[in-house]
Amino acid sequence: MTAMRERFYDLTRAALEEDERVAVVTAQIGTEAIGEHPRHFDVGIREQLMIGVAAGLALEGYRPIAHSYTPFLVERPYEMLKLDLGHNDLGAVLVSIGASYDATAEGRTHQAPEDVALVAALPGWTVHVPGHVDEADRLFRQALGGDGRTYLRLSEETNHARVEPGWLTVLRHGSPGAPLVVAVGPTLTSVLEATSDRDVTVAYIVTVRPFPRDELRDALGTGTDVVLVEPYLAGTSASEIAVALRDRPHRLLALGVPNAEFRHYGTGAEHRAAHGLDTAGIARSVEEFLG
Amino acid sequence: MRMATTTTLGYDDLPPLLTRLTGDEKHDRSSFSTLDVLWVLYDRVLGEDDRFILSKGHGPAAYYAVLAAKGLLPTELLDDLGAFDSPLGHHPDRILVPGAEFSSGSLGHGLAVAAGSALTGRRVFCLLGDAELDEGSNWEAVQYAGRVGLSSLTAIVIDNDSSFHGWPVAGSVAGKADDARPEDRGAFGTAGGIERRFTLEGWAALRVDGRDHEQLEAALMPDPAGERPRCIVAKVEKK
Repeated sequence: MTAMRERFYDLTRAALEEDERVAVVTAQIGTEAIGEHPRHFDVGIREQLMIGVAAGLALEGYRPIAHSYTPFLVERPYEMLKLDLGHNDLGAVLVSIGASYDATAEGRTHQAPEDVALVAALPGWTVHVPGHVDEADRLFRQALGGDGRTYLRLSEETNHARVEPGWLTVLRHGSPGAPLVVAVGPTLTSVLEATSDRDVTVAYIVTVRPFPRDELRDALGTGTDVVLVEPYLAGTSASEIAVALRDRPHRLLALGVPNAEFRHYGTGAEHRAAHGLDTAGIARSVEEFLG
Repeated sequence: MRMATTTTLGYDDLPPLLTRLTGDEKHDRSSFSTLDVLWVLYDRVLGEDDRFILSKGHGPAAYYAVLAAKGLLPTELLDDLGAFDSPLGHHPDRILVPGAEFSSGSLGHGLAVAAGSALTGRRVFCLLGDAELDEGSNWEAVQYAGRVGLSSLTAIVIDNDSSFHGWPVAGSVAGKADDARPEDRGAFGTAGGIERRFTLEGWAALRVDGRDHEQLEAALMPDPAGERPRCIVAKVEKK
């Protein structure tokens, strides 16, 4: 089991013991790992029911956690996210595993690189994309302590080290007017390696909704070129950058998982390389864009 | 059904094909809940104009082995299951897998598609799992097919007792299969819940031993006089 997933199960078991507000709803994913508890409800393989039940628990004052693979947590019960939770203004913490292509051998049915774009299309959601298990730990605790709607996207991909909390953290400063490269979640290590010999500013974000628009403007300074590297559907946050820089000329290169049927299995590394999201692929794209 | 160019292998040839897929030397057939249903379908039942939809796309090694044995899938493809450029993933993709007629892996999609295909008059067989029937989408298809009398549609449900909350059984207070009285249990284990649900919706339903090829053949052979969709519950070992 991957580090983020295992930490999530540990924290969830502890939260059930320590916080009477917390309730957990699963649909046959993570059921045994979380274990039996009076406030852990596994509804069988019924993902729409899972979100509806979570909304019902929220209606009664609980802080529900719902959990599954990305497509089964976001895509299948999407209208329940929109209406049962969103339109009814009920809070929940949705925690996914699988990310864009962790389930490589499982194929398209178990992959959902469009998940963040879907959740981001709904108003009022906070979306976290941690790049390290310690970041996932902090963001999960933060979400549990609130009462809003949070989507926490866990992944097998991880950065070499955690980054301390911040809306947008600048990890490498370029010269004034240098291009800004924004790494989202687990793309950071590859972004740092791919740009190590370039005069660019490298910034890191894990919370993509709400998007840190003002912080991005500040980090770009007098520059005009932005490279956005996302571990999911390419361009998911391109519109946010367009809004952030709406009053100034700029160029944007948005890297991520292409919007295409990708009929391959294999390993995560192979998928990352095929999507141009490994170090070599990012370096190549940046070279073409910035020269 | 996409027809084979040659048919060279038999049921007893399946274990080495499964070994090529999984790498395991020995195979207990209980590890392959769908194996015997798939074999009987492809060996005895499916005609050239019939369509087969594997809704239960999980663990497709048995499916790939049967397709290979019947000459629909080149056997050399069995050696690279799950590799980057292999057409064989852990769930079947109809665009990649010769012989596969529907891409599946997310549960609860196949029966609706099978119903759509059957509306044209085509004879369609759809294989599901008992836990897959948890998904509510199945019941939209079950209700619709029953109401309109979609007699060219056959659903085959592999019952290996894997539905987490079980099925309502007569005599059970809690509604779970394990709570049923012995007299309410069928010949092959806890019985009745799945069949009763389909019957209630207007289907003809029958439970058979999912390892008995003669029973399976008798149940699956088309009934030209039938006026209702059919549900065949194939009981196998508990998961």
